[in-house]
Amino acid sequence: MNYFPDEVVEHVFDFITSHKDRNSVSLVCKSWYKIERYSRQRVFIGNCYSITPQRLIARFPGLKSLTLKGKPHFADFNLVPHDWGGFVDPWIKALAKSRIGLEELRLKRMVVSDDSLELLSKSFPNFKSLVLVSCEGFTTDGVAAIAANCRFLRELDLQENEVEDHRGHWLSCFPESCTSLVSLNFACLKGEINLASLERLVARSPNLKSLRLNRMVPLDTLQKLLMRAPQLVDLGIGSYVDDPSSEVFSKLKTVIQLCNSIRSLSGFLEVAPCCMSAIYPICENLTFLNLSYAPGLQGNDLTKLVQHCRKLQRLWILDCIGDKGLGVVASTCKELQELRVFPSDPFDAGNAAVTEEGLVLISSGCPKLNSLLYFCHQMTNAALITVAKNCTNFIRFRLCILDPVKADPVTNQPLDEGFGAIVRSNKSLKRLSLSGLLTDQVFLYIGMYAKKLEMLSIAFAGDSNKGMLYVLNGCKKLRKLEIRDCPFGDVALLEDMGKYETMRSLWMSSCEVTLGACKILAKKMPSLNLEIINESEQLEFSLDDRLLVDKMYLYRTLVGHRKDKPEYVLLL
Amino acid sequence: MENSVAYEKATELRLGLPGIDEPAVLSSVKNNKRSLHDEKSGENGKSAQNETAPPSKAQIVGWPPVQSYRKNNFQQAKKSESECGGIYVKVSMDGAPYLRKIDLKVYKGYPELLQVLENMFKFTIGDYSEREGYKGSDYEPTYEDKDGDWMLVGDVPWEMFIRSCKRLRIMKGSEARGLSCSGV
Repeated sequence: MNYFPDEVVEHVFDFITSHKDRNSVSLVCKSWYKIERYSRQRVFIGNCYSITPQRLIARFPGLKSLTLKGKPHFADFNLVPHDWGGFVDPWIKALAKSRIGLEELRLKRMVVSDDSLELLSKSFPNFKSLVLVSCEGFTTDGVAAIAANCRFLRELDLQENEVEDHRGHWLSCFPESCTSLVSLNFACLKGEINLASLERLVARSPNLKSLRLNRMVPLDTLQKLLMRAPQLVDLGIGSYVDDPSSEVFSKLKTVIQLCNSIRSLSGFLEVAPCCMSAIYPICENLTFLNLSYAPGLQGNDLTKLVQHCRKLQRLWILDCIGDKGLGVVASTCKELQELRVFPSDPFDAGNAAVTEEGLVLISSGCPKLNSLLYFCHQMTNAALITVAKNCTNFIRFRLCILDPVKADPVTNQPLDEGFGAIVRSNKSLKRLSLSGLLTDQVFLYIGMYAKKLEMLSIAFAGDSNKGMLYVLNGCKKLRKLEIRDCPFGDVALLEDMGKYETMRSLWMSSCEVTLGACKILAKKMPSLNLEIINESEQLEFSLDDRLLVDKMYLYRTLVGHRKDKPEYVLLL
Repeated sequence: MENSVAYEKATELRLGLPGIDEPAVLSSVKNNKRSLHDEKSGENGKSAQNETAPPSKAQIVGWPPVQSYRKNNFQQAKKSESECGGIYVKVSMDGAPYLRKIDLKVYKGYPELLQVLENMFKFTIGDYSEREGYKGSDYEPTYEDKDGDWMLVGDVPWEMFIRSCKRLRIMKGSEARGLSCSGV
């Protein structure tokens, strides 16, 4: 089979970098499997319970970079109880014991302890990069251990984690000899930091390209940091409050003019709108602007700022920008590919917000749009049909109408036709989230047209099992399906049990699935783990098969039942 | 029709927390949708929808689907926005030609505030006691609260005071003494 020596094949494989392609390569023959596994450096594990660390280590001895994801997506919305799982500790322990020279660890929705972070920091002399996204369970003490012990640290990126702040001096724990930082993001930390230490750290990090500050870093420190690091490409501003007539502010204006490499701007966690004019000079070159954590900016402030951002490719913003503001975005940001509009007040109907009008304006002004997350108060079929005509490149389309089951306010019809138009015209669609009043019809359309769909999120939609069946039968590429509060039950669940082996996971909560059906599925498919999350006080395991299951999480795995499940999880 | 649905829901076996009406609320939403489609006449459908209005957002766990980190951040940001915005209140003194304005956020407590007022208007405030208000001076610091009532400064905890104070007035003379008497 092999006409070339292994080293040549391996050299060819070096050019194959995507996980999918490497996985495919390994399946060709035993020889390629062997060569591939020894040369593999980067591994992505979408569900930490699908495999054990021991098997990972055994297969890929050359592992340098590991990405792990833990809890299911709906955990972001408090649908998964505390302590459900997703612990990184066993992974770090196993890797530490092995000969793996880990250099990079990226975790999402996992539980990380200070002990794990300390062990991590001490076990891998070449460790370079730690990225934690939506994780929890650690404090600034763990962060301090990473700072103190990872001598060649390049990246410390903490995104949207719940971190207990011990107000220790984690930042001061970076030794004077640490000069290798390229990326530092501590925006999610709540506590004070030693500003002088931060200045010194930035001063001795000539390779620093990305710096995202927390709200405890005031404007005058920002000015000093930018003086030291005019080469920054990505900046996250913490506190941006000052008197525009002050000397510090004028110094800031001057130094910002020197920062002509900044392409990505975020933060403004605390902001005085009158100071925003200093930012305009860097707006010209921005490709990514994230103001979704800046509630201090009103619609006018946002609009004024956006008018300067002609090269913007990605915009994350709050809905207080309003439909008019989105109109300004549409006429200014012709390169826009990704738009995310978040609700400024998730629980209030509110006045200033966005509707279908804003979305239509964006769709007609921004031909390159391929990714959307849009929280709005209402949507019409007509608008969605117009959007579908204007935009045929969507890869991600997530629409959230704040009022669940809200119909088209003009026609009082469900939004089936609108979403149908979206899936029909966007043939590359990989991710879709639905909302509003929806019947089985929308799922018929999805099954028919969304042939490349990989992830689907459904809430309060559909009429019967048919809805779910249309999706399971039609979407051949489906990997993740998450459903809440829909009238889908046993018939849909059990129709094609083999399908779930082709998917990463299925989540169903507050649907009409019975315990009996779950037992049948679990018995028939040993390659799947079926977890029933039962928070009820009557925790009896000899339950009636007719009982409706509140929360069910089903995922494929190579290693059977997990050993770390909490008491309230029933593993069938 | 609704009654029989409610009965069915009540006797339905469900693995959920006992005693909450959340499932009932949501199922009425779902059933409501079905009746909306069955009814050809728009009027009937609409009235059915009005009767069992969708549950208010606060009741539904995990809706809208905003990351809890983001939600928590907003609640904090709202608090600190008002904090960093400053709480400016007018201060008037009986007999003074014009008013002043101060930022209550800047001060850590009553002693500091009173000191500042004394300096600003060049007078002395007496000693405060809960029983008798300010003794030893003709002047009493008072404030108008959210309800429009005039209150003596110092009675409530500082945090509560700065949140409810709309304006300050340094009262002089007999009017002041009327306020400071706890009894008759």
